[in-house]
This record gives sequence, structure tokens and C-alpha cells, in this order.
Amino acid sequence: MSDNSVAFVATSDKPQLPAPQGTTGAVGWVRQNLFSSSLNTVLTLLSIFVVFSVVPGIVDWAFVKSVWNANSLDECRQISDGACWAVVRERYNQFLFGFYPTELYWRPILAFVLLFVALVPALWDNMPGRGKALIFSMAYPFVAFYLIWGGFGGLEYVSSSQLGGLLLTMIIGVAGISFSLPIGIILALSRSSNLPIVKSLAVIFIEFIRGVPLITLLFVAHVLLNYFLPKGVNFDIVLRVVIMVTLFASAYMAEVIRGGLAALPKGQYEAADALGLGYWQSMRLIILPQALKISIPGIVNTFIGLFKDTTLVLIIGLMDPLGLVAPTLGDQRWNGIVVELYAFIAFMFFIFCFAMSRYSMYLERKLHTGHR
Amino acid sequence: MSDANLADVQADRSKMQISDTDVAIEISGMNKWYGDFHVLRDINLKVMRGERIVICGPSGSGKSTMIRCINRLEEHQKGRIVVDGIELTSDLKKIDEIRREVGMCFQHFNLFPHLTILENCTLAPIWVRKMPKKQAEEIAMHYLERVKIPEQANKYPGQLSGGQQQRVAIARSLCMNPKVMLFDEPTSALDPEMIKEVLDVMIGLAEEGMTMLCVTHEMGFARKVANRVIFMDQGQIVEQNEPEPFFTNPQHERTQLFLSQILNH
Repeated sequence: MSDNSVAFVATSDKPQLPAPQGTTGAVGWVRQNLFSSSLNTVLTLLSIFVVFSVVPGIVDWAFVKSVWNANSLDECRQISDGACWAVVRERYNQFLFGFYPTELYWRPILAFVLLFVALVPALWDNMPGRGKALIFSMAYPFVAFYLIWGGFGGLEYVSSSQLGGLLLTMIIGVAGISFSLPIGIILALSRSSNLPIVKSLAVIFIEFIRGVPLITLLFVAHVLLNYFLPKGVNFDIVLRVVIMVTLFASAYMAEVIRGGLAALPKGQYEAADALGLGYWQSMRLIILPQALKISIPGIVNTFIGLFKDTTLVLIIGLMDPLGLVAPTLGDQRWNGIVVELYAFIAFMFFIFCFAMSRYSMYLERKLHTGHR
Repeated sequence: MSDANLADVQADRSKMQISDTDVAIEISGMNKWYGDFHVLRDINLKVMRGERIVICGPSGSGKSTMIRCINRLEEHQKGRIVVDGIELTSDLKKIDEIRREVGMCFQHFNLFPHLTILENCTLAPIWVRKMPKKQAEEIAMHYLERVKIPEQANKYPGQLSGGQQQRVAIARSLCMNPKVMLFDEPTSALDPEMIKEVLDVMIGLAEEGMTMLCVTHEMGFARKVANRVIFMDQGQIVEQNEPEPFFTNPQHERTQLFLSQILNH
């Protein structure tokens, strides 16, 4: 065959060869991801340097040199200059439960355990017997309310002023999260609807709530609500805070979900219509499952934001974990211990926020059913 | 253009019975505006049961808008549309009633990506016709076999080729046992080698006597299957005729121009 001939017919299949060395496996990964260019190499080396110069110090402070047994900050400092976790050891009950009566700790603990029992069917969609388990999930808010506050049926009454710490964070966070999603969905559907009155009500609500800082709403809940409510009607401060936090989060939620609704191709709405599905059917079966899936990152973002915003209640005098820092510092023995307390609180929040973030990633992977 | 695609398919016209008394769709004096733009001007069209009508015309001529008015995906502002004896008004009940009887296939298939193929097909029978799940699945499998993809039943739409997706979309409509099928450019988004598999299914439907309105540029399909071809331009029906005279001897100059543009390339 001459070199400049155009006609060509393959006479045999070319063999499949292994990939060149160093492009696959661990070596290949390192080359591609850590040393692919000179800039990348510099950044990699810089990162390694930072990690090596920071991490040993932190490990040293937090674990190696840390003190767990001491009665005061001075005692700690005499033993070593590491973290003084003794304060956490002494006061972790307070950070978890606030001033909840010690002999009744089993009630919030049981409520916490039951929270997971209630969450399983809600989060795990092919659980055997899910239908029945979901009934418990629906009833959970009432069960938890009864367990935590009590007051009838044999359980001693515990007043809201005794609630605090992580318990308070969980109450506000879980209630806010579980109510803001459905309210947000309804607001988003209203705002995208063709009915002018429904639409403008949703717009006014969302724009008003989003335009006001959460702290303002909490002050309203704390102080102003008393003026608006008829004399003698006075509902619980924690309940008021939960309502405000829920309304605040649901306004943001509505906008996140509206983004998901807008991202769906018009064809999905048309196909649902053309099959004769009614409005609620097409929303429930076609539109929302897809819109919510698209919105998962934004929804979880709002959840995490809400969970962390619960710390703002310290401004109106509720004893959430951050609110408990001041009384601890007020104790002569622990005066001056700051980093350890905040590190501990940060760690508690991180666990919950990280868990939510991981779950959302799992959910996104699971719901991914291919393109289009 | 696609005559080659259809060369080996011989539609059997003798089976395609058209009723001469039973009216499926009657459109009279229909007008529609988008804002100030007059998209449909005085449309009059009577479709008998069993008729296969192909609608063609340049883009923007209102052909899609017209068939989308038939199941109220678009609202008309003047005139009457009567489908299967029911007049389309803003009454939601009537609209749903008509949509149950009118199947539609879209250019971009519009399958539900979060549901499997089988779930796509059973959804409407279960929720709209209140059919037991098992029966709906049997019917769905029957139609999936008809469109020759029963083995894909448990996959998701994203895993199928375009031609397969469009066939699923047809099966999904058929599961509702519609009296009329509307096709809105069903092959325009497909690769050439997939057009045939979709057209084959549509030819099969025609042979079974389905009343069909197809917006399409597949002139080979129109020749083989249609009993009437409608040419639309600027929101009006410019010419309609049986396919043979329509293609060989178009009367209106715009039809002539259009046909010369699409057939000679």
C-alpha cells in the first residue's frame, strides 16, 4: 500500500492495550490530582506544610496535654498548658440539658432516642413496614412535647425556663426544620400559582419575613407579642420562639423550592396536564419530587443555617449552649476559660450539621436517575 | 427525505377505516392571540373518527399551537372546540375529561425522569382512571410490548435512547386508552436512525384505526398514512387535501414554495 493512498480497509482489529503506566491506580491519582501542574505542585506542598505545622499543635493541645481531672482553671494550668476539658467534664450535663431537673434527665434522653426512631422511616424510603412507622413519626412531636414538658398523666411539669443547652437547640432546631419544609412548599406553590390573591399573599409574607432580621423577630416573640395578644392569653416563650424561627426559615425555604420549581422544564408540567392529572396530583407525583430533588442542597443549607441560628435565642435570655457560657464564666473557679467552652460547643454543632450534610449527599446520589 | 426510512414499511390503508358520521374533533372559528400577536386566525377543522391528519408548515405558523389548543395546553380566545362531544370551556372538569381521552406526544418526549418506564406508564391509569396497580401494570406491559421495549420497563428514562424514550411516551399515552392521539413533532428531536422506529409505531397505530393529528415534517409518513394533509402558514390553514394531490399538485403558491424547499434538498 502506498503512503498517499486514500482508500483503506481494515484487515484486523487493533488490540486493546493496557493504559500507560502511571496514569491509573494510586500513582495515577496522585499525579493527576496533586502534581498535575507546577501551580498544583506548589499548592500541594504548601498544604502539606500547613497541615504539618498546625495539626501537631492542635493534637497536642486537645489530646496529649489536655487535663480532664481538675476542680478549677488554676489547677488545670498547674498540671499542664493543654486544653482544660475538666470544665466540660464537670458541666456537660448543663450544656446538654440546661437546668432540667437531674432526676428527670431520662425524659429528654428518651425523647432524643425516639427522635431517631421517628427519623428512620422518614429518611429511609424502602424500609419494611414504612407506612405504619410513619404514623409514629407524625405523632412524634406530640410525644416529645409530652416527654419534655410533661404536666399531666403522671409526668411532672417542667417549665420552659428550666430548658437549656443542647436540649433547647434540638427542640427549636427539630421543630423548625420539620415545620419549615411543608410550610415552605406551600408558600413556594402559592407564589408560583396563577391565582392572584394567593400569589400576592405569599409574596408579601416571604418578602416581609426575609426583609427582617431574625433577631428582630425573636424580640417580637419575646416582648411585643404580649401587647398584641389579648390579656390573659400568654403562651410559652419556647413555643413563640419556635414559631418565629419556623416562619423565618420557611420564607427562605419557599424561595429555595421556588428555584427548583422554576428549574423544571415546562414539558414536565405539560406532560402531567396532558395525561389528565389534576393540579395536586401533578404537584405531588411529578413536579415536587423533581423540584425538591433539585433543591436538596439549598434545603439542607437552610436547615443547617436554621440549626445554627438557634443560638440567637441567647439574646432574649434563653439558655442555649452559648447562653450557658456566661454563667460558667461567672463561676469563680472557671473564670477565664473560653476556648475550651467554645470548642466544645462548636464540636456539638458540627456533629449535627455534618450529619445533615452527609445525609443530603447520600440523598442526592440515591435520587440521581440519569440525565434529563 | 425520510422515504428511504420507510421504504420497507408498507402501511395497509385498507385497514384504516374512517367513520363518516362520528365526529372526533370539531374546531370552528377558533382564534388565538399571544398578547397582540394573532397566532391562530379563524381555524375551522372537522376530524372524523379514524382520520389521520398530518399538519405541516413553516416554523411559527401556529401548527403546534393549534393542536395544543385541542387539549387546552393553550387557551383559545374565540371560537369553539368540541372534542368527543364535549365543548372546551374554562370549566376544569371538562378540560380534565377531555385530557383523559386525548393522548399527546411531545417533541422532547417529556417522560418523568424520576420514575421508571413502567411507573411512567402506570401513573395516569392509577391516579386518573383509578385503576388497580396490578391491572395498570399489565396494560402498561402490553403497550410496552407493542412499542417493542418491554425489557426496559424497570429502567429510568435517562438510560434510554431518544427513539426508545419517544416510544415509551407513545405507550404512556396509549395506556390511558385515548380516543384521539396528538403528535407534536414527535421525530424532530431524534437522530435519523431512530426516526424509523418511532414512525413504525405510529404507522401501526394508524392501521388500528386510531384518530391521529400529527404535526410533522416526515413527508414519507404523510404519504403512507395520512388521509388528509393540512398546510398552515401565518396562523391560517392555507391548503388541505389528500396526500397524493397535495404533494404532486399543490394549489397555493405558499404551499408550492414550502414543498419545494423541504423536498428538494
